[in-house]
Amino acid sequence: MTIKGKAYIAGVYEHPTRKADDKSLAQLHAEVARGALEDAGLTKADVDGYFCAGDAPGLGALSMADYMGLKLRHMDTTESGGSSYVIHVAHAAEAIALGKCDVALITLAGRPRAEGMATGTAPRNYGAGVPDVPFEFPYGPTVVNMYAMAAMRHMHQYGTTSQQLAWIKVAASHHAQHNPQALLREVVTVDDVVNSPIIADPLHRLDCCVITDGGGAVVVVRPEIAKRLSRPPVKVLGAGEAPKHQMGGKIDLTYCGAVWSGPAAFAEAGVKPGDVKYVSIYDSFTITVLITLEDLGFCAKGQGGKFVADGNLIAGTGRLPFNTDGGGLCNNHPANRGGMTKVIEAVRQLRGEAHPAVQVKNCDVALAHGTGGSLATRHGSATVIMGRE
Amino acid sequence: MASAQRTIPAPQPTPETQAFWDGTAAGKLMYKVCTACGQPHHYPRPLCPYCFSDRTEWREASGRGTIYSYSVMRRVPVPYAIAYVTLEEGPSMMTNIVDCDLDALRVGQPVRVVFTPTDGGPPVPTFTPA
Repeated sequence: MTIKGKAYIAGVYEHPTRKADDKSLAQLHAEVARGALEDAGLTKADVDGYFCAGDAPGLGALSMADYMGLKLRHMDTTESGGSSYVIHVAHAAEAIALGKCDVALITLAGRPRAEGMATGTAPRNYGAGVPDVPFEFPYGPTVVNMYAMAAMRHMHQYGTTSQQLAWIKVAASHHAQHNPQALLREVVTVDDVVNSPIIADPLHRLDCCVITDGGGAVVVVRPEIAKRLSRPPVKVLGAGEAPKHQMGGKIDLTYCGAVWSGPAAFAEAGVKPGDVKYVSIYDSFTITVLITLEDLGFCAKGQGGKFVADGNLIAGTGRLPFNTDGGGLCNNHPANRGGMTKVIEAVRQLRGEAHPAVQVKNCDVALAHGTGGSLATRHGSATVIMGRE
Repeated sequence: MASAQRTIPAPQPTPETQAFWDGTAAGKLMYKVCTACGQPHHYPRPLCPYCFSDRTEWREASGRGTIYSYSVMRRVPVPYAIAYVTLEEGPSMMTNIVDCDLDALRVGQPVRVVFTPTDGGPPVPTFTPA
């Protein structure tokens, strides 16, 4: 049993807003849903499967089905932080393959900017009932200092440098200059990154992603429906998902769950890293990209610093173009959950609809990878590989 | 150079972790070992996260360890060092490095446990350069 060829991505939509003072969370979900359905050439009445995660209000799928007026026969609220939506694409394909639904709608939305959330620098308390909280929260874990510990260990163990990490941001900024909706469109240099203020050693401000409001949606359909739609169909080829955690105290911050989700996705898709023409890699921080690229097999463990340096991720000149929308580092990180926009830009590339300045030639196989949660404690890794017809 | 201290929020003990917090209040760092598979773990659970046996028991750690990784949080009113320290007994644990020069920390540095008061709760184990 495989999902390969059993489902197609028929519609995608990225909300243009980056600050949504005047819109409710539910409204953002509905707007991205409508956008993706219009992109697909489908209507709300066609939707019979709905997928959302922890960003959705209230009772999640129940609240949003109510708000949007959906008639459903399948729903899935798998929560894996920012990687949830990459998993949802795979789960939608599974549900379609099993005949549980025909048209699956996946939505993400959030408004952390409008709400003034101190996303990266304030410790979040998930409550006394969460088993890890008494052993972590007192010490002040934040999003930034957790990823920073992964970076610090990688530097210690493999000699990775801040300059090498900076190249990831530099590449993203080269792409973002062509995206009129990107929050940060200015091209930056390695010096700009390493001279920006340290937030948590060794990560600088420009090693960190943006904080934005907005959202996105994806519509996944069965092949028979994809064939009668006018948009270029994008085939789901394979997927993998895995949590990585502290393993009872056997902590190793040098790798992420991509060591499991990646090989599963490649095996199902029947392709190798060398076949992939474009990658969307979750870029909460520069270190997230570097570790993920190693673990997906695009370079050897420990060689990520050398791999990303000297513009190797820049479309048109580098060997592995990544995040051509500007990614979370420059474009958009709606709801502090970047998995959705990773899928969307990969679909644009496979359709040939990326900005001409960053469109990858002959882009027939693309990969999107999400990392949800924290690299240093517990996170969900998700990989989906897609192909052009 | 001693670093300024931030206020540490109180951990909330639960029945399954009460012995750990009784330990910190008495100046002892407790950890769990599974007598079925022999492996130590942290944070402490009644059921072993390796073999799922309920034959886990409390032991007192030496309090000695080394810094596995760390990061100094700079963009806050009182900068502080968060770290994973690998205990002599095996498990690594999240902690703070205190009473230290924040600019002189390094991976692999030997440290020893010191107990730091919290805001209305039991003290938490932190570490300082050995």
